[in-house]
Amino acid sequence: MTVDNKHMQHEPLFRVVKRDGLPLKKTILIRAAAILLAFLFCGLIALILIKANPISFYEAIFNGSFGTQRKVWKLLKDIAVLLCISLAITPAFRMKFWNIGAEGQVLVAALACAGCMYYMGGHVPDALIIAAMLIASILAGMIWAGLPAIFKARWNTNETLFTLMMNYIATFLVAYFLIKWTPSGSSSLGELKFGHLPRLYNEYLLIILVVAVITVLLHIYLNYSKHGYEISVVGESEKTAKYIGINVKKVIIRTMLVSGALCGIAGFLIVGGLDHSVTENTVGGLGFTAIMVSWLAKFKPGYMVLTSFLLVFLDQGAAQVSQNFDISSAFPNVIVGIILFFIIGSEFFIDYKIVTRAKAKEGTKA
Amino acid sequence: MNLWNGILDYILSAVPLGMTFLYGSTGEILTEKSGHLNLGIPGIMCVGAAGGCAAIQALHPAGTVHPALVVLIAVLAAFLAGGLMGMLYSFLTVTLHANQNVTGLALTTFGVGLMKFIMSKLSSVKYLYALPYFRYPFAESESSLKYCGVLFFFAILLALVCSYVLLKTRVGLHLRAVGENPATADAVGINVFLYKYVATVIGSGIAGLGGLYYIMDYAGSQEAYLSIEAMGWLSIALVIFALWKPHISLIGSAVFGALFIAGAYIPGIRELHVSMSSTPLLKMLPYVFTVLVLIVISIRNKRENQPPGALGVNYYREER
Repeated sequence: MTVDNKHMQHEPLFRVVKRDGLPLKKTILIRAAAILLAFLFCGLIALILIKANPISFYEAIFNGSFGTQRKVWKLLKDIAVLLCISLAITPAFRMKFWNIGAEGQVLVAALACAGCMYYMGGHVPDALIIAAMLIASILAGMIWAGLPAIFKARWNTNETLFTLMMNYIATFLVAYFLIKWTPSGSSSLGELKFGHLPRLYNEYLLIILVVAVITVLLHIYLNYSKHGYEISVVGESEKTAKYIGINVKKVIIRTMLVSGALCGIAGFLIVGGLDHSVTENTVGGLGFTAIMVSWLAKFKPGYMVLTSFLLVFLDQGAAQVSQNFDISSAFPNVIVGIILFFIIGSEFFIDYKIVTRAKAKEGTKA
Repeated sequence: MNLWNGILDYILSAVPLGMTFLYGSTGEILTEKSGHLNLGIPGIMCVGAAGGCAAIQALHPAGTVHPALVVLIAVLAAFLAGGLMGMLYSFLTVTLHANQNVTGLALTTFGVGLMKFIMSKLSSVKYLYALPYFRYPFAESESSLKYCGVLFFFAILLALVCSYVLLKTRVGLHLRAVGENPATADAVGINVFLYKYVATVIGSGIAGLGGLYYIMDYAGSQEAYLSIEAMGWLSIALVIFALWKPHISLIGSAVFGALFIAGAYIPGIRELHVSMSSTPLLKMLPYVFTVLVLIVISIRNKRENQPPGALGVNYYREER
């Protein structure tokens, strides 16, 4: 037995090796396979748990988004809103600032927006109210995002928990104002009459267009501007950033202010264009879903259109399933969770490959 | 209700509530000590609660099984349900090197959904019959003392045992080494993957008990499960307050408990003249307090108060 052979025997049956970057075609193939597997698995789960016939199960998922023309519009609107929040958190995520407080940043902006509608409605022209709504929303979002950023930059305060706590503070702030604004104490504000955004064709189109413009602008900001470059460097390595003379603290605070402003716009669009009111559930978990959208798209605005479509499609489909089969409204979260696990797991096969002992042997011979 | 009785009742209610946080934070501390920030704790606590309640319902009606056995089986079921979620988290983050934050958030989405789905299938009458079993020995008490049941004492015991293991034993030393610097730990022959898996799974199991404790020992109501998620997030925050030591968590959990129910109790004490409309502001307290704690700890920036060195970073052996 040669020395080489002896060495081979100690080699494990298989080991994990990092890939140098897979061709785009293959990464798409792996992700598509993961999603397909996830769908098959969900069908199986549905068959066991709610005894749903697989064909009618998939039909329901598809119909949830494409069943009627109204549903298609709703799909597009939901994609736009989710995409807007996802875009908002992306600059910060690119510099590895784990902002999980988009929920609160959008909600507090929604509150500020509703506040303008409530206090100014009827006293001044609608155009002025809308201008005030936009400014107030953006400012509110910036304050909510800026606070954690300042403390992160100055004292390295844990931003994940800070932003998370700000979500709850925003929720109870909304609850407080709802009690204040509703004399009966019912805490249900109802539709505010003034300061509605103008309708183009229907109430959704304007929002879809605005978000499309933001997507393009953010793509340019992140990829072709000096700010975007600084964000990427800080995300790669803070030490490198310091070495080449980037003021890291300034970049952190500035980027979070941009994030907060975009969250503010999302809140403005939701309240001014769609809900015309505010409740504690105005954002309804979209701030967390947005993190998934952004991460799945590798923080690239273009891909985010696809990932937000995927998540909205899943959510509406699963909602249709729970309606058709008369089960708990929590079922969509289970389905979405399972599919996310598959996608998260599939990332492994994009970044790493498994080398078996036999293959390693071939490699050394060649 | 006079002032002193009101305050006494408030404290007697706050300390047991805090035990929910204690379970969650003890579990999270074990996980974080292995270098993994598990944001799935809220979901894990939810699934633990659902698993426990489902087990109790399976033992319905009352009297068919000995009360002590009902409690034991429910505890095991909750631990197992939480542990399974921990297993899923470990598989994704330890074996498949997935991003810890994203995996944790997905776990929470999934866990909360799964719990709501299971709880909607259960009938509260068929699991709440076991309430007196869990509240032993004070089940008959009219005051808030009734919340100090079996799992209340178990939480304290568990926190003390975990502190002892972490700080005074060889296993604890190895675990801390894995969380501080997995490459070094690996080099001296510690099985890094085994430690990460075991710490995360046991930690998740303990967190799962927190959910069960909240429903079956503390709240004892049909809607109780709706508040578990918020408590899970606070449990993660409590870890920082406790400086990664379960015995400090004991005090922290009581403080968090007191703040969490301030909104429900303080307007009820008439002598304090707090109006009902300020309830939302009182409910904000635990979160504002957490933010203040985060800020103070980061400003003081003491060496021994820092998180584990490799927290949040996956270990990949061939990347040394």
